[in-house]
Amino acid sequence: MSINDNLFVIIMASAIFYGTPLVFASLGELLAERSGVLNLGVEGMMLLGAVAAAWVSTNVGGPAIVVLPLAIVAAMIAAGLGASIHAFLTITLRVNQIISGLALTIFAGAAGLSSYLAGIWQLGQTPVKQQFGKIDVFGLTDVPVVGPILFHQTLLTYLSWVLVIAASFYLFRTRAGLHLRAVGESPQTADSVGISVSRYRYFHVIFGGSFAGIAGACFSLMIVPTWVDGMTAGQGWIALALVIFGFWRPDLTLLGAYLFGALSSLGLTLQARGIHISTALLTALPYVMTIVVLVVVSNTASRRQLGAPAALGKPYEREER
Amino acid sequence: MSRFGFRLEPRSNLPKWLPWAVPVGSFLAALLVGAIVLFATGQNALSVYGRILDRAFLSEGAFTGTLISATPLLFTGLCAAVAFRIGFFNIGGEGQFVMGAIFGSGIALKLGADAPGILSVSAMVIFGAIGGGLWGLIPGILKAKFRTNEIITSLMLNYVAIVIATYLIFDSNSFWRELTGSGVVFPKGKILPTGSWWPNLDFGSIIVPFGFVLGMVIAGWLYVLQRKTRFGFEMRVVGGAPTTARYAGMKPARIVVAVAALSGALAGLGGAADIGNFRHVLDPKGLQQSGFGYAGIVVAALARLNPVAVVFVAVLLGGITNAGYALRGPDFPSGLVGVLQGLILFCTLGGEVLARYRITRSGRTPVGASVLEAS
Repeated sequence: MSINDNLFVIIMASAIFYGTPLVFASLGELLAERSGVLNLGVEGMMLLGAVAAAWVSTNVGGPAIVVLPLAIVAAMIAAGLGASIHAFLTITLRVNQIISGLALTIFAGAAGLSSYLAGIWQLGQTPVKQQFGKIDVFGLTDVPVVGPILFHQTLLTYLSWVLVIAASFYLFRTRAGLHLRAVGESPQTADSVGISVSRYRYFHVIFGGSFAGIAGACFSLMIVPTWVDGMTAGQGWIALALVIFGFWRPDLTLLGAYLFGALSSLGLTLQARGIHISTALLTALPYVMTIVVLVVVSNTASRRQLGAPAALGKPYEREER
Repeated sequence: MSRFGFRLEPRSNLPKWLPWAVPVGSFLAALLVGAIVLFATGQNALSVYGRILDRAFLSEGAFTGTLISATPLLFTGLCAAVAFRIGFFNIGGEGQFVMGAIFGSGIALKLGADAPGILSVSAMVIFGAIGGGLWGLIPGILKAKFRTNEIITSLMLNYVAIVIATYLIFDSNSFWRELTGSGVVFPKGKILPTGSWWPNLDFGSIIVPFGFVLGMVIAGWLYVLQRKTRFGFEMRVVGGAPTTARYAGMKPARIVVAVAALSGALAGLGGAADIGNFRHVLDPKGLQQSGFGYAGIVVAALARLNPVAVVFVAVLLGGITNAGYALRGPDFPSGLVGVLQGLILFCTLGGEVLARYRITRSGRTPVGASVLEAS
């Protein structure tokens, strides 16, 4: 029996595998919220991304090295288009961000456009043709413990790490990141020094939304990997909670995503090990944990101290001067 | 806004036609955009809409089916309308609906076939409301005590409620599960005793479910509650200006908890009504697929959070839902119902703003807010 064949390694490795879509989705939401716009459409945008990626993978011919990046780009565009509806309604028309985001999830979600398109494109009858498989990085898979956990994941996981580092750098080390935080904290101040509030908000809502598209593609190209109506099963909502849990910081959000990845996969992992436990009740674990975590986080300190952007959820109206 | 060459200027006097024009205009605009989606994807929009209209309202027995679909929407619509009015965004109508169905079916099974019908039905109404109310209390108390975001907690509880229902039928030998006959092989719920089936009011060509009548009565009661009572006044103050409410000696936290329970109880009643009038069994898969809780938000928004308007909007959207069921098959695009619901919500939001503001090239700072607009 190999040293890597133990429960700890398996749970850690699947935490990262199943947590990867949560990393993308919460990172995208984090960018939008940092600009002051709450987007509850994550679940819907993820499903749009998932269906677009599944279509490309099923219908576009060619080698995987061409098709898979194309599928990711398609997922980003599909989800970005969904986000742009939310951006227009909340930034230009200044409607209630909560209801607009919900509308996006109802419009695009499990009983909406994603299922509509999947039906018309006849997806879901077979697995997608091109998938993201686990790769052996530098031949390190068999290294004890860290091998299977860190060096035997799919390319999407490594992409998510790059994006988390890039987003941290962008937010805290660049001029544009400083402007973005200013827009989310105090749009009046940002405006007074010549930063275009609506341009920053549009860009980050749409670009952040496209991350949710990649998260959806993780499901249809990596985890499942085919199309199933409503396949994200509420993970988009968990991603929203992770942003709060991660104090609006990319690195902490990544840790949270892996914690929930572990919880989501626990049922499957234990079952594969022959440990009998009600799978239905284990399914509830990530949802219950989300509530517990939110209560703990909201109780320990006020939102302001946690790093919530001060202008989050508030439309910006330029004052007459 | 100046980048786009226009800005929004508030109308000084809101015209009288506004409360009607916005929902009607939004609904038509949503149908128009929906038609564009259908055409763009190679479907004949006129034929699809024609079939929906036919199966929702025109063909024989269609309106009865529409009222059956409208009943749960009426309750989940009231659930969202009451909560959103005070700025408590209860997105948990779905889970509260399921808990109402679990509690309602539980008491009907417990009372058994020997109990008189009127007792069983009343008990289902009460227990449905209790089940949903308790489930709605959780996000309410968490919000009031810890300021926990109610949107996410109520939403997470939707998934938990469905897991509980699934556990009761598929994963345990619970009281709700049929353990004899074909139920041994295929997990399913016990059929409720016929005495507990909710009555229908027969008007010849149209059959009105008792649940729908109950919903209409409750909608009227809520209207009076909101307009004529002290509690309703406090609700409006808390919804409009929480700080003022505190200065005026009201206790916003207490009102939030009360409204959360009321909102949950309404959705729970919907769950009991759905089982009593229609399913007669606890069916987790059916409950999950129906999505009545989320659709209730669309109903409430289109009704501009007015309880009486919710009744009419529920019938309208119930028609679309009913047609969606009836037409399900290879010829009818699945997911269309959700697309239309989402579009209706988008258009209501946009329409509300466009109606309240004038689009001009320059102007003064807009002030004022509506219930559907950000505070």
